[in-house]
Amino acid sequence: MPAPRSLFDKVWETHSVRELPDGQTQLFIGLHLVHEVTSPQAFAMLKEMKLGVRYPQRTFATVDHIIPTDSQLRPLADDLAEEMMVALERNCREHDIPLFDSASGRQGVVHVIGPELGLTQPAMTVACGDSHTSTHGAFGAIAFGIGTSQVRDVLATQCLAMEKPKLRRIEVSGKLGAGVYAKDVILHIIRQLGVKGGVGFAYEYAGTVIEAMTMEERLTVCNMSIEGGARVGYINPDEVAFDYLRGREYAPTGETWGAAEQWWRSMASEPGAPCDDLISLAGEDIPPTVTWGIHPGQSAGADEPIPNLSDVPDADRTAFAEALEFMGFRPGQPIAGTKIDVAFIGSCTNGRISDLREAARVAKTGKVADGVRTLIVPGSQAVAREAEAEGLDQVFRAAGFDWREPGCSMCLAMNPDKLQGREVSASSSNRNFKGRQGSPTGRTLLMSPAMVAAAALKGEVVDVREVL
Amino acid sequence: MTSIVERVEGRACVVRGNDIDTDRIIPARFLRCVVFDGLGEHAFEDDREQAKGDHPLDDERFAGASILVVGENFGCGSSREHAPQSLHRFGFQAFVGASFAEIFAGNCTALGLPCVTLEPNDLEALMESVSLDPTQEVVVDLAGRSLTYKGGTLPAGVRDGTRKALLEGTWNATRVLLEAGDAIDTQAATIPYVTGFGAA
Repeated sequence: MPAPRSLFDKVWETHSVRELPDGQTQLFIGLHLVHEVTSPQAFAMLKEMKLGVRYPQRTFATVDHIIPTDSQLRPLADDLAEEMMVALERNCREHDIPLFDSASGRQGVVHVIGPELGLTQPAMTVACGDSHTSTHGAFGAIAFGIGTSQVRDVLATQCLAMEKPKLRRIEVSGKLGAGVYAKDVILHIIRQLGVKGGVGFAYEYAGTVIEAMTMEERLTVCNMSIEGGARVGYINPDEVAFDYLRGREYAPTGETWGAAEQWWRSMASEPGAPCDDLISLAGEDIPPTVTWGIHPGQSAGADEPIPNLSDVPDADRTAFAEALEFMGFRPGQPIAGTKIDVAFIGSCTNGRISDLREAARVAKTGKVADGVRTLIVPGSQAVAREAEAEGLDQVFRAAGFDWREPGCSMCLAMNPDKLQGREVSASSSNRNFKGRQGSPTGRTLLMSPAMVAAAALKGEVVDVREVL
Repeated sequence: MTSIVERVEGRACVVRGNDIDTDRIIPARFLRCVVFDGLGEHAFEDDREQAKGDHPLDDERFAGASILVVGENFGCGSSREHAPQSLHRFGFQAFVGASFAEIFAGNCTALGLPCVTLEPNDLEALMESVSLDPTQEVVVDLAGRSLTYKGGTLPAGVRDGTRKALLEGTWNATRVLLEAGDAIDTQAATIPYVTGFGAA
């Protein structure tokens, strides 16, 4: 009997071109996703080296970070953004790379459109010049966020030089409580293991809680693997993934589908497959979770206080003090009741249709509180169309929310959507770093889309279980 | 052509704090560009602004330093290569810390910039010493896996693959990857989805 193997080992081996002289692996990349921020310098380097794009048919581009969410008419109002857009268009044209721009009807956040177009498939290797590429692991793909020099490497060779990480299996057993979402699961995992806990590891998420998740929920979990320090996170492919993929534009069709499904099944981790580390968590222990600090590991349950200094391990005390000073919070203060100025629903973490549905369920119960600025930003044009067909945009508008065009928006504020001054933002995005949402002194509280909607209605952080 | 990186020597600058993310190293608004030129002056811009001149990058005693000494998990967050690019253009040639985020470290390697780690006590001693005497010479020696400063020579950690790539001048991976030649296509032809799952 051959020893059981993990999906990670199988995908790594299948895509391994050769061992490099320095001990790294030359890994073939099955899908390369490109966007406007991290690619222009890579294309310029390619030109300098007099090289072309090796596999343009495995390369796809969109525009997301810089695109405004009020009007996407060209030329873009911001000259620098327009210049980046033009560079992307030129590079895609010169190298025969399909570009999903606003006019295509398929534009959106790169990690939203990859799955929804069926580009992302199980057991693939995926790379993109964006750290949240880990998202695509929800299909059982091994997906890496890379820098611009590595974007150049993939454009030129369709390969990456990678050191193989260790594997950590994270099993979340039992069931989630009401009002607890995928976002809470991953925030809880990062709270438990720390923001650097995953350095050197690929995360395999497993257990009944993960298996019960929809594809969209799985995308949310894998998306934030990088916030826990793991470059890669994945979930073994199963019926949920296959059902999601069937009929998507770039998914296999007809007889090919059967062969594809058979291969995907054969690539999943086998029972008893070895891993280097195993973590077990109980779904029942996971509360709706809110960050109170300046990295995604600094969080508390919605009904819990911010920790006291005595609760914090010695090594984390400096970071704890820095976070509280920046945020203007006191130790031991409840996080619920914190006044908010801005509510943002969107991003590659929580800009999918299920996120908008959950938020709309809450939005239906009231009106946006006076003085709260809101942005509801669909993750893609397809998500926007689906939401509008279901009347979700009308639900949001009726409650006083601002319904926007698709893009990255106020996740990282490379576009006009920004916090002002010391504003506090309830955000469904992935990072609460200092200055992340566009104001150097702005403050971000990460939470699920339902929690953001609830906070918008009350004007302060509220445990969504009290609203549902 | 890429060159061999065996050692980096020069004066050092200390930026304390753990989990310093790439948004802090180079705020997102400076990513609105199609070239990396000009990023150097914006390194740590918001932190420096808030420190009102009291940031290590504005401390005259550290001016001209080529080695940046940092804490744990430096460079976490975004994959933006703009972060090491801006620090490099500011003048840093090497990074010494307790630990580095993987994408940041990979981006540094791709630019020929070593990231090396020290044991916590050694790192603290180095930080103290450099803060007291920023004029001292610090040497990051990749070949010898060590760091030398006024207080002596310390063992320095560096990933084997990274070390080899820097020592052999193969850190610009494109050329190395291209050397695989047809083997890339040969391997691709064994991957079911690349060949359309056997579809005619």
